[in-house]
Amino acid sequence: MTEILADLNYWVTIFLLMGGLYIIVAHGNMVKKLVGLSIFQTSVYLLFISPGKVLGGTAPIIAPGFELYSNPLPHVLILTAIVVGVATIALGLALVVRIHEAYGTIEDDEVQEMEAD
Amino acid sequence: MLAQHLPALQVVIPLLAAPLCALFRRGFIGWLIAVAANWLAFAASIGLLIRVLNEGVISYAMGGWAPPIGIEYRVDLINVFVLLVVSGVGAVIIPFARTGTAARFNDTDQAWFYTMYLLALTGLLGVTITGDAFNIFVFLEISSLASYVMIAMGRDRRALTAAYQYLIMGTVGATFIVIGIGLLWAMTGTLNLADLAQRIPEINDTRPVLAALAFLTVGISLKLALFPLHLWLPNAYAYAPAVTSAFLAGTATKVAIYLFLRFFYTVFGGGGFFSSTPLPEMFLVLSIVAMFAASTVALFQDDVKRMFAYSSVAQIGFITLGISFVTEAGLTAAMTHLFNHAIMKAGIFMLLGGVMFRLASVKLEDMAGIGRKMPFTMGGIVILGLGLIGTPGTSGFISKWWIVLAALEKDQWWLVALILVASLITMLYVGRIVEVAYFREPSAKAASVREAPLAMLIPAYVLVAATIYFGLDTNWSVGLAQQAAADLLAGLY
Repeated sequence: MTEILADLNYWVTIFLLMGGLYIIVAHGNMVKKLVGLSIFQTSVYLLFISPGKVLGGTAPIIAPGFELYSNPLPHVLILTAIVVGVATIALGLALVVRIHEAYGTIEDDEVQEMEAD
Repeated sequence: MLAQHLPALQVVIPLLAAPLCALFRRGFIGWLIAVAANWLAFAASIGLLIRVLNEGVISYAMGGWAPPIGIEYRVDLINVFVLLVVSGVGAVIIPFARTGTAARFNDTDQAWFYTMYLLALTGLLGVTITGDAFNIFVFLEISSLASYVMIAMGRDRRALTAAYQYLIMGTVGATFIVIGIGLLWAMTGTLNLADLAQRIPEINDTRPVLAALAFLTVGISLKLALFPLHLWLPNAYAYAPAVTSAFLAGTATKVAIYLFLRFFYTVFGGGGFFSSTPLPEMFLVLSIVAMFAASTVALFQDDVKRMFAYSSVAQIGFITLGISFVTEAGLTAAMTHLFNHAIMKAGIFMLLGGVMFRLASVKLEDMAGIGRKMPFTMGGIVILGLGLIGTPGTSGFISKWWIVLAALEKDQWWLVALILVASLITMLYVGRIVEVAYFREPSAKAASVREAPLAMLIPAYVLVAATIYFGLDTNWSVGLAQQAAADLLAGLY
């Protein structure tokens, strides 16, 4: 039990990763697929942030009385990744709006049916 | 002084030009900026090539922050070769872009289109030149996001769904890559590729590193459209505007192949590690399936753009086949074909853009008898098609020759037979176009068309000429590829 708890962050990462991927594959609704994609990307944020934490460490701001600092690098990286994620979802949703205008539906199978004929 | 900062300029020029296009909001000015920026980027690539040939590997500390803490731009023979392909193909495509884009979009949309084009170019050049693993991810997403928009601007509504599909699959791929990078970082504490290359070989049998390898393999394979992860590609290329198809076919998948080589050979420690994994066998099988399955599907397409999109998947199979040999000849074949295929496929999509411009269709039935109406356009497609088949006298022959040589070196006679049969299928689908275009009565649509405008033909013919030139003089293409292959195998960086 304690072993599982010790790696809790990674278990949550795997759960989000798999859950997100499952939604992308299983759902036909294009907005839901994007929600899945967003969850899928979120798992990566956790994966990066977790190993950066040093137990007992504080925020990496130099101040008297503190010796142990957490690694700030993953936060910077993930800040960038979050921006990329937001841009991706925004563009995805914009495309869904345009698809709805062009096809009148955002269900994957209905769109495919209309494309076939 | 200027030569000192070439690595930064390579990326910064198109990056700064992109918002300029958006600010002016005029199609013509946007186009001028795009041409200037792209040609300057090409000049920077040539400058970098000269520097690399003279003084070896260039290490550039971005913003003056010393690597490995700061972001390093590192240029060696392998990536300068890819930089040349990307900026060179772009430099030929962008003059072509004006006619078709001006006819279809209003001023503002044209300006946005050039903005996206420049961002895509920035991203692809950035991925290639950077020596920092996370920087690769960021640039990859810049180029991908821009190319989704460029695809969605196609005239068919199916362009929208194609862009959406590519967005989903592309993002999954990029996220897999960043997971792989994250695991590598967690194991080594560095993101600098040269640093990683020193530390990973010592621990490359640990589980997180192997997991990283798996994530990177799937992520990069998605981006390079390796069979069976190619599903986003055919629709994206088929329904995108001609400029987009030509540019992406010539550059995006090629940069992904470069990434693959960089990670598997440089970071994980040369050819030795790669051949100790089951990956070469896997790639061998998948490449052969790609060559046959995609070519066969191409044979039955009625939309010529879609046909050549499937042909791209097959041709990527030839490139990955070369990589799977893990020999110098194999890698030379892969790098040479990367170069030659970029030129040929970009040229074909440009000429098809000319057909689309006049005929408003690239359906095979509508193209009946078009050979007499548009002799130069179709003549160009035939020459480039011959290149794809691998006819002697074209650059395609050189690539096929090296792939066959690499197979013979490994005593794989059956592979040589398979390569020849796959080329035969290529001949069948190119032959199908020739038959329809030259030996049939003109269709109702084709009866009234004229030759494509010169502004479209001339850039396309630059690539046609290049296809023939690099079929006769291989000093540059094969010569550079050979040196790059030797560096890759040794894991030099």
